[in-house]
Amino acid sequence: MLDRQEEEQFLFPGRIIMQYKYAAGLVGSRFLTELRDNRQLMGIRCPKCHRVYVPPRLTCKECFNNLDEWLELSGQGTLSSYTVVYYSEPFHPVEPPIFYGIIQLDGADTGLPHLLGEVEPESLSIGMRVEPVFKEKREGNILDIKYFKPL
Amino acid sequence: MKMTEKVGIVGVAQTKYEESKPGLRETELVYEVVEKVLQETGLTYAEDGTGIDAAVTCCHDHWDGVTISNWPLADVVGGHNRPEEKVAGDGALAAYYAFIQILSGHFDIVLVTAHVKESQTVKNVIDNCAFEPIYQRMLGLDFLSAAAMQANRYMNRYGITPEQCAKVVVKSRKNAKNNPYAQAPMDLSLKEVLDSRMLAYPLRLLDTKPVSDGACAIILAREEKAKKITDKPVWIKGIGSCYDAHYLGDRDLADCRSLVLAAERAYSMAGIENPRREIDVAEIGAEYSYQELLWTEGLGFCSQGEGGRLIDAGVTEMGGELPVNPSGGALSGNPTNVVGLIRVAEATLQLQGRAGARQVPGAKTALAHAANGPCGQSHCVLVLGT
Repeated sequence: MLDRQEEEQFLFPGRIIMQYKYAAGLVGSRFLTELRDNRQLMGIRCPKCHRVYVPPRLTCKECFNNLDEWLELSGQGTLSSYTVVYYSEPFHPVEPPIFYGIIQLDGADTGLPHLLGEVEPESLSIGMRVEPVFKEKREGNILDIKYFKPL
Repeated sequence: MKMTEKVGIVGVAQTKYEESKPGLRETELVYEVVEKVLQETGLTYAEDGTGIDAAVTCCHDHWDGVTISNWPLADVVGGHNRPEEKVAGDGALAAYYAFIQILSGHFDIVLVTAHVKESQTVKNVIDNCAFEPIYQRMLGLDFLSAAAMQANRYMNRYGITPEQCAKVVVKSRKNAKNNPYAQAPMDLSLKEVLDSRMLAYPLRLLDTKPVSDGACAIILAREEKAKKITDKPVWIKGIGSCYDAHYLGDRDLADCRSLVLAAERAYSMAGIENPRREIDVAEIGAEYSYQELLWTEGLGFCSQGEGGRLIDAGVTEMGGELPVNPSGGALSGNPTNVVGLIRVAEATLQLQGRAGARQVPGAKTALAHAANGPCGQSHCVLVLGT
């Protein structure tokens, strides 16, 4: 065994600051343009199995087919789950309590995780219908949707 | 897949798991378990065919705060002037990798280590960075808030109650009292769990695991060498792993399809047809209370949605039909990403009859399981036998 002597413990504070420019990519850029310019949520469909994906991606995870059929979604959807976060972290976009949900968008086969708003913890339920509220000033990112609110 | 050769676990070692180990740096933490497992097996790094051929380390750049986080480890795992490779998943996947290295014929004896010092940084920040940046990270999700949505969906779908989840916590902390390596053994009441602070509905503080520092090491060897190293080799009878989609909305979080598939692969290889009857003890990687219930379903210990009833019936208690986590599990305090390798080490001790006060009498077949990624995106299942 290590012979552990009682030494003074030196702890060195460290911080790694990294800057990134993440590419939204071929299909993400189209999705974000529609969101920003037209308040339009888009899905992308697999020509083989017809699954509709949101957020969009280039390949179908089931068939490995290329995806290139875009379709407009109403933005309305059904809450498949939710949580209320009571702790605070520097990476949170809003102050707690933070309402998160996974929204099964009408016409899509996948859910979209996002913030929920205009809700109380007691008013939430799985299966409730929601619709997006867009920010007035949109910048081409997922937070151009301010949150989803009850229909 | 059927194995033509046997690979055995010939030694395991663990640190005590603690909320903070400010006196040790990572290399020293890993050295503690490497030294112990070398002493236990009598192995060295001799290159005459009797020694350890290679090392697989499990470590994470974000956790260690060092890119290429395995480079400082080379000296203490025998990697100096020799082969060493890193797996940045759960430590159980590092064991899988070492197993494959031996089956490939490339190496005969391989050392596997995993370590994390959670205390030196902030778990939620690292978890947030694990999400893809465009659609999920920007929302401010971390593994806890994601797990809360999985818990809510799972509990809502199958009528799993907060009390049933709390029972997992009470059982884990109580079992931990029999484990000298455990961090936070405790006599808890259901009420104490249910009254603990709400972090992310429906998950409360005691539904989550405490911050933990520690390391684990195991050594794997080809059959003929394993038998020379120890008279109690534990054989890897079956192993399987599986990844599900990263996007949370791509999965139905109330199911765990990738665990079902990983388990099917491991069971098929091991010839297990009825896991509940054929497995004597299971160590399961559950970092949140509800996950033990959901994972027992995925592993086929009960049918889908029956995880709550399984714990109500006492099946997974010590003395029950299939004890789950006699060690106290991750909920009693294990470092994330080391969790799965600890499960392998604990399952090994059970089969060697060396588990002390937490021993399941006469255990012949054990299961070790690891989950990795948000809401158990990937799973690894090992069936071990004597």
